[in-house]
Amino acid sequence: MQDYASTLNKTSYQEVAPVPHRFPKMEVENISKVYSGKGKQLLTVLQNINIKIFSREFICLVGTSGCGKSTLLNIIAGLLAPSAGEILIDGQSVTGRPGSDRGMVFQGYTLYPWLTVAQNVAFGLQFQGMSKGDQRDQVNYFLNVVGLENFANNYPRQLSGGMKQRVAIARALANEPAVLLMDEPFGALDAQTKEQMQEFLLDLWEKTHMTVLMITHDVEEAIYLSQRIYVLGVGQVKGEIPICLPTHRELSIKLSPEFIDIKRQVMSTMRQHH
Amino acid sequence: MLESISTVPVSVEPIKRKYSYLSTSTFWSIRQGFPKRLSLVLVAMSLVIPLAIWTIVSTLQLVTPTFLPTPLAVISAGITMFAENNLWGDVLASCSRVLVGFLLAALIGVPMGLAMGTFYSMDSLFSPLVGTVRYMPITGFVPLIIIWAGLDEPSKILIITLGVVLYNVIMVADAVKFIPNEMINVAYTMGASRWDVLWKVIVPATFPSVLDTLRVNISGAWNFVVIAELLAAQNGLGFKIIQAQRFLQTDKVLFCIALIGVIGLGLDYALKWLSKVLTPWADQVRH
Repeated sequence: MQDYASTLNKTSYQEVAPVPHRFPKMEVENISKVYSGKGKQLLTVLQNINIKIFSREFICLVGTSGCGKSTLLNIIAGLLAPSAGEILIDGQSVTGRPGSDRGMVFQGYTLYPWLTVAQNVAFGLQFQGMSKGDQRDQVNYFLNVVGLENFANNYPRQLSGGMKQRVAIARALANEPAVLLMDEPFGALDAQTKEQMQEFLLDLWEKTHMTVLMITHDVEEAIYLSQRIYVLGVGQVKGEIPICLPTHRELSIKLSPEFIDIKRQVMSTMRQHH
Repeated sequence: MLESISTVPVSVEPIKRKYSYLSTSTFWSIRQGFPKRLSLVLVAMSLVIPLAIWTIVSTLQLVTPTFLPTPLAVISAGITMFAENNLWGDVLASCSRVLVGFLLAALIGVPMGLAMGTFYSMDSLFSPLVGTVRYMPITGFVPLIIIWAGLDEPSKILIITLGVVLYNVIMVADAVKFIPNEMINVAYTMGASRWDVLWKVIVPATFPSVLDTLRVNISGAWNFVVIAELLAAQNGLGFKIIQAQRFLQTDKVLFCIALIGVIGLGLDYALKWLSKVLTPWADQVRH
């Protein structure tokens, strides 16, 4: 077993963010990923990544494209095996084993086109041995949460991009994961829809108190949504920045001086060279 | 210095640059729209012109009638065959051979293709065999098949099945490989097992492509049934063709060939309709 008290003493998370629980919901421990390239050359994609997420936190991983953030999220989700390191959920190792504890929302549309919206949301529930009646209740509840109860019997192709992502979020949440992982979920949306979806997601987070780890290259999106930001450089964590903004945020906060100060801080961290 | 450049408007002689433009064309339009009327005219022409040439050449007897009978002679030969030579029996015999051979090819080929497209292990196990045998002409195997399976129905069905099955395997395996990774990965993050992914993601995702594959490959089955019947048969459209050839009845030969074409066209439309009914969710363009 892991000695949580000692690991917690070494870090200073309690000072940077008020945490409702003592133990992290999820820990990313010394994750490295090395690919063997041509000949005997080794390509290090991730080097010694350490991240902790506490229950009910909204964390963003920010980095430019090619910094390895998608690789990291895939490792966290268990879809890819790391070269070294561990992923712990509630202190249990889940490295390299994907499961319903880490729900994932991808950038591309991953709804199943042959299933209706309701059937898509119910997809994960059938594996839990849930009765049909309970499944229906769960699906209705989460479709209500994302405001798509009137589209239960539509097929995905009849929905707009933003609606598709809301279904994808409802589908991930319906399994009640310990952590919701999001891989640039709004990357394919237009600017207006993107802001609407950010507002929607923040509202959803306030309502449901889910634990979220999201990766994005959009600094404003990261600041607006999260309590803490990890800045990812070439395969390394360059810095951890707490977002000292009120929990309840309006979109207009993006124009406030505090917001812009944080943005400056994040961007300068991103530009730093190791 | 820089400021003076940026603020003072300088009159510059416009540079004569040669741009290249796309010339307008209706007939050679590539994905720029095509008038429906022109399309219909071309379709009509493609049918009418060959038919007209055939009619003229045969009616004026530019070629010996034994080599090229008139369209009317072909149709009347067909009517005679239906009325007197029990052509319905031959149609039925050929159709049932195609059906059985093709169903076998689907029952073997589709699961094998799904397995090869899904699992690296199955791909490694089977692709050397499939890849090699695919280049061997099935017609070359016919004498062997006759030695092994005799001259009866099983050998005919075997020829059809062997001829079609590998194409089913390859096309279905390819369809599986076109499923985006994320569609499979997202299932794992919802607690699905590999078995669940195979049955609840891969099978439904490839279903429209499987139907398409079968539709394309049924034409192959018709090719092989004729080959099988040319060799050894007591009935069937291929048998009728070879029989008519012995008596130089080109009109009958042509009618049988045309009949196979019509049956094939009918099957094609039926399968297209079927996949439209079975997969209303698919929005991909169907050919």
